Amino acid sequence: MLCRVANSVFWMSRYLERAENAARFIDVTSAIALGYRGLEETLWSSLLHAGGDVETFHKSYPVASRENVTRFLLFDRANPNSVLSCLGSARENARSIRENLTTPMWEAVNRFYLRVRSAAAEADQVLGQPHPFLERIKRSAHQVQGVTLATWSRGEAWQFYSMGSLLERADKTSRILDVKYFILLPDASHIGTAVDVVQWAALLESTSALQMYRRASGRIEPGRVVEFLVLNAKFPRSVRFCVSQADISLRAITGSPAQGFSNRAEQLLGQLSSQLSYAQVSDIIDGGLHEFVDNLQMRLNGIGDAIGETFFRIAPVDRQPAAASQSQSLTKTPAVVSTVAAKTSVP
Amino acid sequence: MYCGKALELPRLSAAPAIYARMSNSQGKVVQKIAATFDELRDYYGYPRHPALSECLSTMDPKLLAERQRYAEQELLEMGITFAVYGHDDGTEKIWPFDVVPRPVPWIEWQHVEAGLKQRIKALNLFLDDIYSEGRILKEGLIPAELIRTAKTFRPECMGIKPPGGVWTHVTGTDLVRHSDGTIYVLEDNLRCPSGVSYVLENREIMKRVLPEVFYGSAIASIEDYPERLLETLLKTAPPHVTSPTAVVLTPGIYNSAYFEHSFLAQQMGIELVTGPDLFVDNDVVWMKTTRGPRRVDVIYRRIDDDFIDPECFRKDSMLGVPGLMRAYRKGNVTLANAPGTGVADDKAVYAYVPKIIRFYLDEEAILPNVPTYLCSNPSDCKYVLEHLHELVVKPTNESGGYGILMGPTASEADRKKCAEAIAQDPRNYIAQPMLTLSTVPTIVGTSLEPRHVDLRPFILYGEELFVLPGGLTRVALKEGSMIVNSSQGGGSKDTWVLLQ
Repeated sequence: MLCRVANSVFWMSRYLERAENAARFIDVTSAIALGYRGLEETLWSSLLHAGGDVETFHKSYPVASRENVTRFLLFDRANPNSVLSCLGSARENARSIRENLTTPMWEAVNRFYLRVRSAAAEADQVLGQPHPFLERIKRSAHQVQGVTLATWSRGEAWQFYSMGSLLERADKTSRILDVKYFILLPDASHIGTAVDVVQWAALLESTSALQMYRRASGRIEPGRVVEFLVLNAKFPRSVRFCVSQADISLRAITGSPAQGFSNRAEQLLGQLSSQLSYAQVSDIIDGGLHEFVDNLQMRLNGIGDAIGETFFRIAPVDRQPAAASQSQSLTKTPAVVSTVAAKTSVP
Repeated sequence: MYCGKALELPRLSAAPAIYARMSNSQGKVVQKIAATFDELRDYYGYPRHPALSECLSTMDPKLLAERQRYAEQELLEMGITFAVYGHDDGTEKIWPFDVVPRPVPWIEWQHVEAGLKQRIKALNLFLDDIYSEGRILKEGLIPAELIRTAKTFRPECMGIKPPGGVWTHVTGTDLVRHSDGTIYVLEDNLRCPSGVSYVLENREIMKRVLPEVFYGSAIASIEDYPERLLETLLKTAPPHVTSPTAVVLTPGIYNSAYFEHSFLAQQMGIELVTGPDLFVDNDVVWMKTTRGPRRVDVIYRRIDDDFIDPECFRKDSMLGVPGLMRAYRKGNVTLANAPGTGVADDKAVYAYVPKIIRFYLDEEAILPNVPTYLCSNPSDCKYVLEHLHELVVKPTNESGGYGILMGPTASEADRKKCAEAIAQDPRNYIAQPMLTLSTVPTIVGTSLEPRHVDLRPFILYGEELFVLPGGLTRVALKEGSMIVNSSQGGGSKDTWVLLQ
């Protein structure tokens, strides 16, 4: 397939996943906030920290109130990671490769975007009662995933699509854990209290993991929750699951066998995947959950870059210098659109 | 494109015979009706297509309006748009569509089809001739000067022989029906005509929105167009290629016809590429894929000649592919349509098409031209300058309605400016009498009102000629307006060629 198309497929799926996860972030924070009267602002700014959006946020908003942060994460066009911006970018990428998608896929992405856009037009109303809207975001995202599963051939484009969403999801699951860390670890005495259980449950719920966790691990214990969300081999939102599946997709593209590697992306992804496969949760807790998450995010960024280098940026031969105006409209390379939001740095 | 009321038409054949009869026998009111041709009802108000009219008339206009809203919602969700400028939502317009179809009787369609095939065949022979021997010029049927001075004539294409002698793989000819009932050719669009995707999508929408009207109707199907287009592209591949790879080349998502480019690529199952996706190495065209370069044999390019190759044409183009023309000259790639076809839809050359048909085919033109005054011809020029208030003046090299003067409705100052421009560069102008476009009932609010339409059928030329039954009916949504361009408030309709 064309490099440009592969790039757009990859980013379309990342943006869709990112939008869905933004809704999950808000959801978990709202739930945790219920047990934290008086600390509202700390909580909501923790969300900005976990997302790496603090600086962008403070350009436009003085206070990290619930309403400000929610508006910023849902509808702010100045925030490249807001749900509205992500959907705009996802749709833009989809539009540029529409001929590669099935019609139901394109229509699902388009409808998703149109819904968010019309919600943005009545933002005040939505922010007063965000929960139904957050649910709709998740449902629309699932709809896109559903039609994709049901209608798209499992070719190369599919592998780029799943690699994009899996890497994005691994990153975001780790960030959701980080939100919790930010609130709780400063005061270790909370661990194991009733409030604490409620919060861990809320966190599991926000990753749609509560039921699967209960079946796998029974009672809610912080260590086990971390283990489930980071190291579980079967839960589709766990970091390990996402990374190992992304590794499988990458090898399906290159045709490389499971051992060894033929490019940098394979090397980095393979290393991370096997580390997660052989890790123990105690290693993570002992070394510090936040440090672990931090390191994980850096490595995921590195993998994203390596994929770009390997597949999307096949150097064009002698492009002539950029020149004067023309009457036909210009092509805007999706790579430029995408990289803006590619690296959300961790403070 | 045209506006204003019907006027005396100096050279129009058998002008308004029916018109005259009607005004004699029926008086003023009918005269007003008779001034335009309605595609659904005749001058007496009787339906031309009883079965269709009956079906439509049993529908409450309110119900039709409701279906209209449903169609618009569908178009929005399908993302069928026609003009896009980046992220700004305000400029991505939903394709305007009216649910009342425009019928074309079978007998009439056969006439149009034969006329279009004849015309395209002759124009291809003409292009093949002027880019090689130039017989028609040597024999003095067309002044060589006229060709040489056409801005769309490409000396770079001299001596090129595209596979199969096909220059215009895809044509979208604009037809209009005047109040005399005759269908005229208004323009030959031989470069990158657009609109066919809307023809196909309009039909899809109609099936969803008004299924009951389809029951019991026999309508020529159009759904095989992508298949035919793909066949056309593959059949005109360089002859030495056994299993050719075809692509669609687009300027990108900010082009106003981008929807169509991606739609056609999707329907044909071929890659949609932008200039930077391609490169030329050793006079062969390649596309950059995740598995390395892959050879390209046929390019259905939707980029104008000017921008297609900065090495050969405009140096500042970032849309094209450097070296593409080298590969083309060597016969290593087919470009559809071929570069240089624009000279045959130059508006001054248009006036010669009946002669061109006679010269190459020894036949009379089946579809008439609109009578045209060439300002490069001194006597015509004199007539035009004296009758500006009743003529439409067009620059010869522009398309899309740019730079047109509507004599009857223009201000005195505009007419004066136009007269000066003609005097300065007569070669660049032609003039035609005002036509009154026929009308089709159209939903306005919750009622049906007559609105003016034109018709753009699409013709494919590969191994043989194929005319898609029907075509794009564009409708001017403003009362009395004859401007059908979608950028200026025009809409569209499904076109039904009614089988017997």
